[in-house]
Amino acid sequence: MPSPVEPNSAGTGTPEFESWGRYPEYNAALKPLHWEGDFPGVLAGVAGEALAVGMGRSYGDVCLLDGGTLLPTTAMNRLLGFDAATGLLTAEAGITLAQILDFAVPRGWFLPVSPGTKYVTLGGAIANDIHGKNHHVAGTFGCHVPALELVRSDGSRRICSATENPELYAATIGGLGLTGVITWAQLRLKPIVSRGIDYEGIQFHGIDEFLDLTSKAQHLEYTVSWVDVTSTGKNFCRGIFMQGEHSQTPAPLTVSGKPKLVFPFDAPGFALNRASVSAFNTLFFHKQMKPRVTALQDYEPYFYPLDAVLHWNRMYGRRGLLQFQYVIPWEHAREGTVAVLQEVAKSGLASFLAVLKAFGDQPSPGMMSFPKPGISLALDFPIKPEKSFALFDRLAAMTLEFGGRLYPAKDARMTAAQFQAFYPQWQQFAQYKDPALNSSFWQRVTGERA
Amino acid sequence: MSAAAPQERQPKKILVLGATSGMAEACVRLWAARGDSLFLVARNAERLNAVAADAGVRGAAWVGTAATDLDDTAAHPALLAHAADSMGGIDIAFLAFGVLGAAEDHSFAAAAPVLHTNLVAAASAVLWLADYFTQRHTGTLAVLSSVAGDRGRKSNYIYGASKAGLSTLVDGLRNRIDREGVRVMTIKPGPVRTAMTESMKGSARFADVEKVAAAMVAAIDKGTDVVYVPGMWRVIMAVVRAIPERLFKRLNL
Repeated sequence: MPSPVEPNSAGTGTPEFESWGRYPEYNAALKPLHWEGDFPGVLAGVAGEALAVGMGRSYGDVCLLDGGTLLPTTAMNRLLGFDAATGLLTAEAGITLAQILDFAVPRGWFLPVSPGTKYVTLGGAIANDIHGKNHHVAGTFGCHVPALELVRSDGSRRICSATENPELYAATIGGLGLTGVITWAQLRLKPIVSRGIDYEGIQFHGIDEFLDLTSKAQHLEYTVSWVDVTSTGKNFCRGIFMQGEHSQTPAPLTVSGKPKLVFPFDAPGFALNRASVSAFNTLFFHKQMKPRVTALQDYEPYFYPLDAVLHWNRMYGRRGLLQFQYVIPWEHAREGTVAVLQEVAKSGLASFLAVLKAFGDQPSPGMMSFPKPGISLALDFPIKPEKSFALFDRLAAMTLEFGGRLYPAKDARMTAAQFQAFYPQWQQFAQYKDPALNSSFWQRVTGERA
Repeated sequence: MSAAAPQERQPKKILVLGATSGMAEACVRLWAARGDSLFLVARNAERLNAVAADAGVRGAAWVGTAATDLDDTAAHPALLAHAADSMGGIDIAFLAFGVLGAAEDHSFAAAAPVLHTNLVAAASAVLWLADYFTQRHTGTLAVLSSVAGDRGRKSNYIYGASKAGLSTLVDGLRNRIDREGVRVMTIKPGPVRTAMTESMKGSARFADVEKVAAAMVAAIDKGTDVVYVPGMWRVIMAVVRAIPERLFKRLNL
């Protein structure tokens, strides 16, 4: 169980490094890495275990280590090489995707896979083997990382690729930062001629319309759906199917501006309640007045709508939020998704953002990668221990029943037994874990700590 | 590379001493993106290579390096001449090496290396470069000092003394050679969040190094005599300097 959080140097009672969900809260010492050669020397004289961390955008405890030493990597953000003919970029692991875009977009290149925020590091994107709206055609982020360097606590430096140290390469992609510290990695960028995305938003009513739109959009690069989880009856599982492709009409490739809005304070606990979230969901659905809307949209609001407001997680107040994301394989995807959405509606708990996405079948090189073919649903809820924890526990059990699994980067609740059933290869993976590294997530799901 | 090409601006030849310091590196990135040529000097070869690689990828027209300890003043003339030769001249010299020292160690043994690096070794490089630019009647010599040199405070007066000496040296030099066509700049940053300061109390609230670097690069373009970054430190230090010593000696600054 979490140890009580001690006041930090600022005296505010919050830990200096938080995950995005702000739950759980753990104290850890911080030892930033600035140079490739810093690890493992930086641990000299440090007792206990360590974990390299990036921007703290994972929601639960994969980026936390209670009582240990966190090694922030964001100062290791140098570009080490770029082949302008092929788009192969080599960069230090602490660079953010936002920094990569600032460099790449004006040169006519783009990320091969974009998550929902650009404020994550290259190392974090690999360690969580993140996915995006193009999973069904491009696979995970790790599919586009041909090589990386891993430094182990014994001081050895290993280049990892499909041919060099292939087992360590497979363990590191989706390896939650536990196999060593990633110092640099290569990323295959893809060419673009415009910042624009040819966007089409289509209203759907019910899971079958969603599945129909999904199969019709197989050939399109980006697809994702927002779904209203507060409505029942005839509006049950209504949503907007959002598809897009990079515009092929050449347009100026300028650098993005910096976000100007900052969520200024922790909202009070009552700000997000069923009424306000239902109102938001209804507004969101009807914001699109017509059943079908097309537009040429800039990539920033298309991929990273929430990045426009820094610290938007403060909307959830001091207690934070819990994310829940499963993938259920096609065999049970329809019944599982309907059952979960019914369970959520029945609970009376309102999810502000609910995202449905069909994953494709391109395999990841990662041993512990989350995505697999099927339907993925992501929900987020304000933390209300009595109610939201009970719902989460029911949803996790249902996910297991339908043959699915949960996403470690968004989890703070799954049990050791559930994790080990979701990822039966975990013991094979554990052979590649660096003995000096650990995370509160790993301690929890291996039963090392209850 | 086309996007990084400078617009209506002649690429510069820039010498950076102490190129792996957080502030110098942030400036190097901006110069590199503008397509300038860079000669980078720092002690640690591995770190220097990482900074140089980054500059090359971002669009620097040319990048040269020398991994050497600038405390060795006897080596300065050959090193600086080599830098000038390799780039075919120097338009801007940015002197950014320095050490913070241990504030809680009050011994001379701890003070001497801080004074040597920040003042003696800096003076050696500054005076060589002053001659180089004066002979050519052109060039910008930008020297990174600190607001800590504006008034002695109990928390960091050895570092402050080294920077006070450096500021005075650079100010006086400007008085001598500005009329020869050489821009001599005293740059005084307030506390900035970098590797050098991260262990200091309250470092989370220090200025962002990228913003400070952008301000320094803009000031160097203009050749401003004395630059405080962020600009509010000009006001803060005016207030700090105005406090009577009778009162100041009892404050915990």
